[in-house]
Amino acid sequence: MVTSTDYGRVARFTAVFTFFVTLLSLGIALLLAVKADKVLRGASSYKTLLMWVYAVAPPVAGLIGVLLFDQHVGPIVELFALFGWKMQIGVSYFDTSFAMIVTAVWKQIPVNFIFFLSGLQGISKSVQEAASIDCRSGFRRFWTVTFPLLAPTGFFLLIINITYAFFDTFGIIDVIVKNEPGNNPVTLVYKVYLDGFRGNDLGGSSAQSVILMVMVFILTIVQFRLIERRVHYT
Amino acid sequence: MKKLQISDHIILLLGVFFMVTPVVLAFLTSTHDAITIYKEGIQFTPGGKFFENYETVLFEAGGFTKEVNGFVMLKNSMILGLGFAVGKIVISMLAAYAIVYFRFPMATLCFWVIFATLLLPLEVRILPSYEIVQSLGMVNTYSGLIVPLIASATGTFFFRQFFMSVPDELLEAARIDGAGPWKFFKDILVPLSQTMIAAIFIIMFVYGWNQYLWPTLITTDESLFTLVRGIKQILQVWVGAQIPDFNEAMALAILAIVPPVLIVVIFQSWFVKGLVESDK
Repeated sequence: MVTSTDYGRVARFTAVFTFFVTLLSLGIALLLAVKADKVLRGASSYKTLLMWVYAVAPPVAGLIGVLLFDQHVGPIVELFALFGWKMQIGVSYFDTSFAMIVTAVWKQIPVNFIFFLSGLQGISKSVQEAASIDCRSGFRRFWTVTFPLLAPTGFFLLIINITYAFFDTFGIIDVIVKNEPGNNPVTLVYKVYLDGFRGNDLGGSSAQSVILMVMVFILTIVQFRLIERRVHYT
Repeated sequence: MKKLQISDHIILLLGVFFMVTPVVLAFLTSTHDAITIYKEGIQFTPGGKFFENYETVLFEAGGFTKEVNGFVMLKNSMILGLGFAVGKIVISMLAAYAIVYFRFPMATLCFWVIFATLLLPLEVRILPSYEIVQSLGMVNTYSGLIVPLIASATGTFFFRQFFMSVPDELLEAARIDGAGPWKFFKDILVPLSQTMIAAIFIIMFVYGWNQYLWPTLITTDESLFTLVRGIKQILQVWVGAQIPDFNEAMALAILAIVPPVLIVVIFQSWFVKGLVESDK
């Protein structure tokens, strides 16, 4: 099973998908959280507006994605067509992956935002004041003082996001590929479901489950052990 | 300084735009009729079909066997969300109570067994879980839908941490006053954890409401479909049609979004507290 080309292809896509979803959703959320922590006016409205998407179910996010990326009516497709990119969701492997990543990032930003913001608010004001006396450049101050203090939150979120990209995106993927997995990109969890419940290949499906279990096991160990030691706490 | 603030606001507004627009567009789509959308693409203004579309979605039967409508699905989603949240809180409070306050044989083993469930999210164990539920004859029942989802340790750890922070003096005082274990739990621990319970309840309600994979497997009977589970049928029946009924599909999507979003927004501070503290 591990040597089969199909499995390799799905595993590669899962890796790429996880990488982009984690990187983009963490990056955007961090930027927004830093700004939301800084502004004086309207901070709580921004906070509410940025986090309510948490409550949107992944398949519903996928359905909205299907609408916005629809070949005939989707505004995103029309927008990219202006730049000469003719998107074909469900036909082109690359375009479908793109739509999935955008949807998955959209759905994940709120969680990261909430954690980063509460991490930022946990940094004591005296530390920040001392830093602003010592260093005038706001950007450098962020990298040398705020960012290391946020590291525990960041590492924790890294694990959360990897788990999210692995498992919780099932709904998004299922809706976007619309029951036609043929040449469309799918993740490992989706393949477990596909082989077990569609293909009736119970053995192969269970074997894949075991591989996934090992991955979750490793992630959890990392979460509980390594992070505690390596990351610098205040 | 003034200039910096403006750029901050611009970035935040872009972020808000990115987060809010998709749902707003979905809502606007749900207020038009299908032909307008098909002909002219997504509309950026509200249309006049709001009541018609939502009435169709809520009260007219759709799907394959024509026996389920939005109202039934809304009810099922409520049952799943509430049942899951309540079940989860009861189980995890009792488990945490046992772990923290009782010395019983093989307590460490029990702790690790509970801990191990963290390693097994439902997605990893779908096949065996399905087999068990099927052999118990619980396919297409509410209990088959809810009970297997409750089996995970997240809530237990949350309450365990909280119980460990409760001072021992309270326990001693209760003992001196003659309170048994049950009375101590009911009259002291439960009132103390009210905020925690509220926070966890919100998280779990949203989590239960948004379940997709498990309901997809376990409910094949349409009268048990939840809104989120119904999405798949929407895709096949409406969006797959000649003229895709995006308006009705989006009306259902909005119905599925509104209740959990309202809860999250209204109880925002509890929600944030629950989220930030439960995942640690």
